[in-house]
Amino acid sequence: MRRNPQLNEKGGLQHLLSIEGLPREILLQILDTAESFVGVTEREVKKVPILRGKSVFNLFFEPSTRTRTTFEIAAKRLSADVINLNITVSSATKGESLLDTVANLSAMQADIFIVRHESSGAPFLIARHVKPHEHVINAGDGRHAHPTQGLLDLFTIRHYKKDFSALTVAIVGDILHSRVARSLIHGLTTLGVPEVRVIGPQTLLPTGVEALGVRVFHDMRAGLKDADVVVMLRLQNERMRGALLPSAQEYFKHYGLTADKLALAKRDAIVMHPGPMNRGVEIDSSVADGPHSVILPQVTFGIAVRMAVMSIVAGN
Amino acid sequence: MAALPDAEELCGRLARELKARVTPATAMVGIHTGGAWVAERLHAALGLPEPLGLLDPAFYRDDYAKQGLARDPKRSKIPFAVEGRDLLLVDDVLYTGRTVRAAMNELFDYGRPASIALVVLADRGGRQLPICAQYAGARLEVPAGMRLTLKHDAHRLALALEPERAA
Repeated sequence: MRRNPQLNEKGGLQHLLSIEGLPREILLQILDTAESFVGVTEREVKKVPILRGKSVFNLFFEPSTRTRTTFEIAAKRLSADVINLNITVSSATKGESLLDTVANLSAMQADIFIVRHESSGAPFLIARHVKPHEHVINAGDGRHAHPTQGLLDLFTIRHYKKDFSALTVAIVGDILHSRVARSLIHGLTTLGVPEVRVIGPQTLLPTGVEALGVRVFHDMRAGLKDADVVVMLRLQNERMRGALLPSAQEYFKHYGLTADKLALAKRDAIVMHPGPMNRGVEIDSSVADGPHSVILPQVTFGIAVRMAVMSIVAGN
Repeated sequence: MAALPDAEELCGRLARELKARVTPATAMVGIHTGGAWVAERLHAALGLPEPLGLLDPAFYRDDYAKQGLARDPKRSKIPFAVEGRDLLLVDDVLYTGRTVRAAMNELFDYGRPASIALVVLADRGGRQLPICAQYAGARLEVPAGMRLTLKHDAHRLALALEPERAA
């Protein structure tokens, strides 16, 4: 049997490519380590020396501000040197292949590659070709996976709900195109969440999604009933043009989160969103800014989670 | 080798020794995990006004390149201002001095203490850095290949010898 490409021969995390296929112990190791990094981010000096002398290359083949910035902050708080490469406007347009780009950066003594790519599987390809001391972290590949977002979602849920074993988590919106949803579903099922629901119109749910261990709802009100956690997904504008949906107004009517619909969830339910939000399309402003929303803490926890992932892989 | 001294008695002795040195600026920090157990006892015995601090210097260790990150680092919590404080830094066993070095580096990221004194339950020698304990409950000889550790079972602390783990 082929070894899990994310793990080294001792079973330690070598690359973070997807949550799918990661053992429960590794997920918990990342969440526990992130917990101690939250302590660091609350100090006067928000920096530790652990990655001093290491170079982290942010390789973004697809634009992203938030994810790239939080990786950069995380790497800097670990005392690493960070190099940001916006590939869409450099080598790739000159025709250099992905692996040539990586080989060149490797010659510049890289230790960690943070990769965002529009093609599913690109970080796996890179991970197969890097040197043994180099590590690859997937920062979102196509529709496939966005493991650090999934992990920060899991961290946020554990922070507010303490325990995964009795939770109902509802994920609402465009599951079909969402790498965030896919990563989160794998994480939730691996950590033993008994009920994971996906809510959305037929056209935005992948066929056979039940095989991931989720319950499917097309009626949002039914799906939100007694949920502990509500995860809203961003509706990408291009979906509207692709004729998958009639209009933003129509979508909001059925699948937008309003205070009135949220009242069906548990009284202490939390509302999450990976950002960037479309107010008035998938979420009403009163909910996004309301007492149930933990959308901004998610961003803060994202830094600690990325610090944990980088310091674990670079030590393995 | 003679029987190991009783850890609870050593804690009592250290507390009596420290009592005379406590100033209004004194605060205590225990190093995870054994040092924190000792610090809990000393902190209670001395009745210090500031709550006890806990330090896990995992992110400051010098063996990260060799061993990677510890499996489950604990969150460091220093619930008082370090600036200008007379700190009592508490650990269970003092050996190479590397943990203490890492702990002091972490402490300075919280502020500039007026002083730091090192308090240990047992000093087993074998220093690799210029670090010494101002207060040591006991000084012990440990046979080569053995590790001196502190155990916490039910309500009591106890020193124990065990074979060193292969690196």
